[in-house]
Amino acid sequence: MTNTIADIETSEMILVTGSNTTENHPVLSTFVKRAVLKGKKLYVIDPRKVKLADHADRWLRPAPGTDIAWINGLMHIIIKEGLHNKDFIEKRTENFEALKKTVEAYTPEYVENITGIKAKDLIEVAREFAKASVASILYCMGITQHTCGTNNVKSLANLSMLCGHLGKPGGGVNPLRGQNNVQGACDMGGLPNVFTAYQPVTSDDTRNKLEKIWNTEDMSKTPGLAVTEMIQKAYEGDIKSLFVIGENPMVSDPDLNHARKAIANLDFLVVQDIFQTETSRMADVVLPTFCFAEKDGTFTNTERRVQRVRKAVDAPGEARQDWEIICGIAKRMGYDMSYENSREIFKEIATVTPSYGGITWERIEGKGIFWPCPSKTHEGTPILHTTRFTRGKGLFHAIEHTPPDELPDEDYPYILTTGRVLYHYHTGTMTMKTNGLNMLSPECFVEISSTDAGKIGLDTGSMVDISSRRGKISAKLKISSKAMEGTIFIPFHFAKAAANKLTNAKLDPIAKIPEYKVCAIKIEPAKV
Amino acid sequence: MESNIITINENELTFEPGETILEIAKRNKIDIPTLCHLKNTIPTTACKICAVEVRGENDLVESCATKAKQDMIILTESSKVIQARRKSISKFLASGNHNCAVREFDTADWTSFQLDVLKSDGKEDLCPVWGDCELQNLAYRYQVKTKGMPLNGCKYETERANPFIIRDFSRCILCGRCVKACREIQVNNAIEFGYSGKDMKIIAKQDAALKDSDCVFCGECLQACPVGALVPDKIFRDERFKDTKKVRTTCSFCGVGCQMDLFIQDNKIVKVDGADTDLPPNNASLCVKGRFGYEFVSSRERLTKPLIRKDGNLVEASWDEALNLVAKKFMAVKEESGPDSIGVFTSARITNEDNYIAQKFTRAVLKTNNIDHCARL
Repeated sequence: MTNTIADIETSEMILVTGSNTTENHPVLSTFVKRAVLKGKKLYVIDPRKVKLADHADRWLRPAPGTDIAWINGLMHIIIKEGLHNKDFIEKRTENFEALKKTVEAYTPEYVENITGIKAKDLIEVAREFAKASVASILYCMGITQHTCGTNNVKSLANLSMLCGHLGKPGGGVNPLRGQNNVQGACDMGGLPNVFTAYQPVTSDDTRNKLEKIWNTEDMSKTPGLAVTEMIQKAYEGDIKSLFVIGENPMVSDPDLNHARKAIANLDFLVVQDIFQTETSRMADVVLPTFCFAEKDGTFTNTERRVQRVRKAVDAPGEARQDWEIICGIAKRMGYDMSYENSREIFKEIATVTPSYGGITWERIEGKGIFWPCPSKTHEGTPILHTTRFTRGKGLFHAIEHTPPDELPDEDYPYILTTGRVLYHYHTGTMTMKTNGLNMLSPECFVEISSTDAGKIGLDTGSMVDISSRRGKISAKLKISSKAMEGTIFIPFHFAKAAANKLTNAKLDPIAKIPEYKVCAIKIEPAKV
Repeated sequence: MESNIITINENELTFEPGETILEIAKRNKIDIPTLCHLKNTIPTTACKICAVEVRGENDLVESCATKAKQDMIILTESSKVIQARRKSISKFLASGNHNCAVREFDTADWTSFQLDVLKSDGKEDLCPVWGDCELQNLAYRYQVKTKGMPLNGCKYETERANPFIIRDFSRCILCGRCVKACREIQVNNAIEFGYSGKDMKIIAKQDAALKDSDCVFCGECLQACPVGALVPDKIFRDERFKDTKKVRTTCSFCGVGCQMDLFIQDNKIVKVDGADTDLPPNNASLCVKGRFGYEFVSSRERLTKPLIRKDGNLVEASWDEALNLVAKKFMAVKEESGPDSIGVFTSARITNEDNYIAQKFTRAVLKTNNIDHCARL
């Protein structure tokens, strides 16, 4: 997030898109709902009528995979009505003319044709967003999990810059990160192209610096493969061995039947986890590790706040800490990697990670610190881009709408979109161990509009077979006011009816994110 | 010129315009008790417990709803205040099933009292929050005598149909904190006051069980309840006198990073509460997963020993055996097919320290950049 969570309540207008906030970020959603209680405007733009829409001034429903079109549409209206922030554009950005030229074609009527959003509603949102003294954009995987995910995000950044809603309290472009430490995993260089703090692996200076500190040589200067690409390369036989730590790709990856073949094709699979998972059952070696309540360390939350994790209980049996296990392997491979404890590791992190340079465990004992925090005397940075953007001036990207990779046709007439439910978390390895949560959400379901259910002639509770070009699952139908005609939602938590057997593994070319939010399916009464 | 100063119990204190007497007192660690007030919500003045004396005014004023004025002189524990507080506490103790104020009962009375209590709640133990009840604390603090106080029956059955939360209406004092928590803090709008007069009750939907209502089991109400009306269905209440350790940590589900307190007994999490109301990012709020989804930690299904595949099956092995095998295999694959034929999936679930070590290992030891995690999934 460019801004903080508490900041949301101070915004004048909140635009939430591609986020089922009340289910996926429940506590964060309370800040949005309280802002509404205080009289702030809320607009929800989402293909599903998510619960947050009940709190909104208006809910706009775009067809899945048409986000660039409506965002360009908003910008078209704002520029046409002269509501853009000329001062901010002049002083803080560049390439405005190119953007202006591109969005010229996106008239409200043209956008209505692509997205289904009524022209008058789009005009209302455009005016509210531009006229608000400050407006915040919140988005989540509904924006990113598309073949045009990167362009969707850039479009939202365009919109915010156009109105000068960046770099101040109550504004910003705010991605809601879905996993406890997904921010930290990225910050720490758990990515194929960067070291810690996003220092590129292609930089000779950085590599040389780290080789000295790490006492090693000949580190690779070629960016590596993303998760989704590694699976494909395993399928093709180029990746021979995988070391999977705390992940369950056999439920979370797209096109699972393909992923299964890929993993089965490995020469050697190591899985490090707290439970047996669908993935670990395929492993050659399984290593038992600690869960959060057994660890000392840090997580970095969605607002870039680095916070302490504290050991509360002893781990079961012979389980060991993640870092300790990895150090044990390194040592046996002839590389001395030993630490007294995780605090010592954090000290090393601070020395090689400029944005964490001033952070110590002592300093984050109370409220945590927002990175970047480059020095011991720096207070941290709750709001990004206050005086300049990372690259200097904010760059407008002129982006055209591109349709999803797979759209419905005669054979597969419905759009499938996937996500989570409130009561479970990701592949369910943790939440499905709590009876009360299983009671509240016992099994997979197929969320459908009453119109579509009528067409198929089935009611809530009927078993249906859902198939795509890649696979088939069976689950119970659930008629819901959240679903719109033509679009089906299935949660991906449940291994027994894994929605990811259906999903499309086609990736965004830059972010390598799969298009989980749109693929074509058909529904039939289950064959007994 | 105004300098924004008031005096509370002879202490001169500065205040911000708009601050209430209660807020100023809290900030200065002066304890004014209240049973209905919930921080960050609109005061209801329902319980009257926080009423204080303001010099020059005949009636006591509710400190939760009275804004400070220049040169106000306030007494929070004057005899007038105490007298009023005792009256309010008596009223609450008499309003329902509060079998905790045992002091003033003689043996005969106590037995019949207990029998009546058992009859009404069907349980053979004390109130589940005995020792952790704000009303009980106040009864002792102000020495409220309950002798002769009739035990008020409750026409509403205890609701045990829900996961996580038990609702015992016989112990509800209708302070309204749970409604505030639900409607003004979490804004889930699941519960409200229902019926009127003697029949008044906190209801969900048209008086349904929580599980059949709009309730999403965030448990904010449970945390707000000052008495034993809302209690967790977990064993904690039965073992509350055991040694309990409290550890503050960060939630491990979504990316919001809620601060929470884990209550530990015998190496097991028995309860989770949101941390302080003024501690970001969550200001003591939690969701259903964070508050109740902790059973996995002590699950019997946890992996406890390394496993190695032998003859097609995963069998237990020693750490040495497992780590030697992994190291040997990685070296062999690296040797035969090159470093880029190995890939590492690190995790958005583990700590920064763990992630740092995973990428350092991948780059410095395996010599590849094939490292990624499930950020995209």
